[in-house]
Amino acid sequence: MQRATPLLWLLFSAGGTLAALLYPVHLALVGLAIPLGLVDPAMHESQRTLLAHPLTRLYLLAFVSLPLFHWAHRFRYTLYDGLQLKHLTPLIVALCYGTALVGTVLCAWMLWTV
Amino acid sequence: MSPHTTFHPKWYRPRVSVWWWLEKRPYRLFVLREISSVFVALVAFVTLLQVRAVKQGPDAYARFLEWLGTPAVLAVNALAFAFVLLHAVTWFNLAPKAMSLRLRGKKVPDAVVAASNYAGWIVASAIVAYFLLRD
Repeated sequence: MQRATPLLWLLFSAGGTLAALLYPVHLALVGLAIPLGLVDPAMHESQRTLLAHPLTRLYLLAFVSLPLFHWAHRFRYTLYDGLQLKHLTPLIVALCYGTALVGTVLCAWMLWTV
Repeated sequence: MSPHTTFHPKWYRPRVSVWWWLEKRPYRLFVLREISSVFVALVAFVTLLQVRAVKQGPDAYARFLEWLGTPAVLAVNALAFAFVLLHAVTWFNLAPKAMSLRLRGKKVPDAVVAASNYAGWIVASAIVAYFLLRD
């Protein structure tokens, strides 16, 4: 675990930067502006074409995976410090990074089989 | 866990309440910032649902858009947007403290690092908006 810390911190940091740069605009459009009818949603056909491009799929893999690891790392320490659960370390570590890993594999598989 | 012996008396350690983070405003802001990560994960999850819907075809995509428009999902997304904004602002403001940039031996001022982050944010947002909205 100690040896993995630098790598986990790197993933946390990369995911945090990616989420800070890209998530607000993504959510503002997909989650708010489109459902509220402020802008028109992209047609299925164009989304499909966009998804077929390898660069889009690479982008989406990073877009989903890195912020999941950001969440895992931050949430892990929130549980430690916020709720004083240091004695549950192995369980918390397994659940947090495990979820991020499952999400990453699932995303990679979904994008691979487009 | 408590390494006290005859020669190493027990430390005085007052018990900290589990709710310590409710006591002061900076603590509360800290916890809100940490909780923002949950909403970050939520956006990642919704993106997976979107990819799945696009893959399944026009009907699934239409259903996904309809689902996004339901009041409960809209409310959660509005809350998530507030938290994602909090994440972005706190992240960019912390960046100059996390990495100290040097140029010709001089430290780049914090304000310049933060400003370049915000400039990058605007450019990235414009690019994402272009790809999400074009037909």
